[in-house]
Amino acid sequence: KASRAFSLYANIDILRPYFDVEPVQVRARLLESMIPVKMINFPQKIAGELYGPLMLVFTLVAILLHGMKTSDTIIREGTLMGTAIGTCFGYWLGVSSFIYFLAYLCNAQITMVQMLSLLGYGLFGHCITLFVTYNIHFHSLFYVFWLVVGGLSTLRMVAVLVSRTVGHTQRLILCGTLAALHMLFLLYLHFAYHKVVEGILDTLEGPNMPPFQRVARDIPVVSNAVLNTTAKAVALTL
Amino acid sequence: FAGLADVSISEDIPVEGEITVPVGSRSPDEDYSTLDEPVRDTIMRDLKAVGKKFVHVMYPKKSSALLRDWDLWGPLVLCVSLALMLQGGSADSKDDGGPQFAEVFVIIWFGAVIITLNSKLLGGTISFFQSLCVLGYCILPLTVAMLVCRLVLLAGSGTVSFIIRLIVVVAMFGWSTLASTAFLADSQPPNRKALVVYPIFLFYFVISWMILTFTPQ
Repeated sequence: KASRAFSLYANIDILRPYFDVEPVQVRARLLESMIPVKMINFPQKIAGELYGPLMLVFTLVAILLHGMKTSDTIIREGTLMGTAIGTCFGYWLGVSSFIYFLAYLCNAQITMVQMLSLLGYGLFGHCITLFVTYNIHFHSLFYVFWLVVGGLSTLRMVAVLVSRTVGHTQRLILCGTLAALHMLFLLYLHFAYHKVVEGILDTLEGPNMPPFQRVARDIPVVSNAVLNTTAKAVALTL
Repeated sequence: FAGLADVSISEDIPVEGEITVPVGSRSPDEDYSTLDEPVRDTIMRDLKAVGKKFVHVMYPKKSSALLRDWDLWGPLVLCVSLALMLQGGSADSKDDGGPQFAEVFVIIWFGAVIITLNSKLLGGTISFFQSLCVLGYCILPLTVAMLVCRLVLLAGSGTVSFIIRLIVVVAMFGWSTLASTAFLADSQPPNRKALVVYPIFLFYFVISWMILTFTPQ
């Protein structure tokens, strides 16, 4: 049993070089992730670090949870937490792997850690957008942020990838996929997340509960209270 | 060793001395192993240790008592009581009650493990269980906040109660983060303290969120 514990520690040490950062570097990389590079003729350097991306994913989870609270969605926080963590980590790991696979097909020069790092830092734009738009509820503001902030971080990732790929078709495939997935994810997080969770709730509740007309953030407090009491009354009669 | 080749011990010189290692006088407790003491003594000693650590958390000073004799009893008790208090907080059907016990438990322990791994990977000198111990004990202020929130919610659940709960939870969240930072940040290289503090901040933020959004049945 001791040898198993030691082998676990040995595995942790494999990750140690990826966490070797200073706060100044993390801050610099966060700001850089919003600035698209101009020079795409020679490969841009990507820092293969995992601390920043990991913290950004956790921050995104926290922001999503905060968004649920401010939108007054009455939910089972347990399911919501699992869904939030699963969505964010699934996106980060899944899309990184998928783009890495595409990069392998398109002969792009990028390693898995670099891809994880690039996409992780690209989530910084998502964090900012969601943090602002969960607190200030205007759809038009969200669209502006989606285009500007989301667009900037996508452009940066695309530019870095373009600098590391040769050939027009390959560049198009790789960057088009990444841009589409990244922008659509932000859209998904803003709009569909509430509906996804409500869908889970409705399927688990069964057909007996009245459908909540829960257009997020548009319901005044009074009708929320009415819905609560209705739900409680129905639950009591069950 | 060439010079020693001609050294020989003549047989008429007796070799004397004592081979046995002198045994010093034993201190009284060594005779008395902890297996032989009454159970009450063991429990009281452990309870006192846990209580002392609670006091250290509530008044975080630079002391190494939390770090030196780590134990996980306190965190376990706090985690279980917090998870129990967070039960039964849903307005929906009676089958599920807010964050389920297992969810809260898993989130707290996995969060603590991840923060510990992070601080170790950043080059921390603290051991795995010491860090778990500190993070677990620093949930104490948030457990107190949960207790207060439940009492306030008994009185009513309007805007005033929400504001009271918000203030209490924010204050306790700040206290937890400061307390754990006081213990953990010292074990890091000085320029990387911010990197270690940030996930702790997030961890307690998520727990505070769970406490603040708790609405009883």
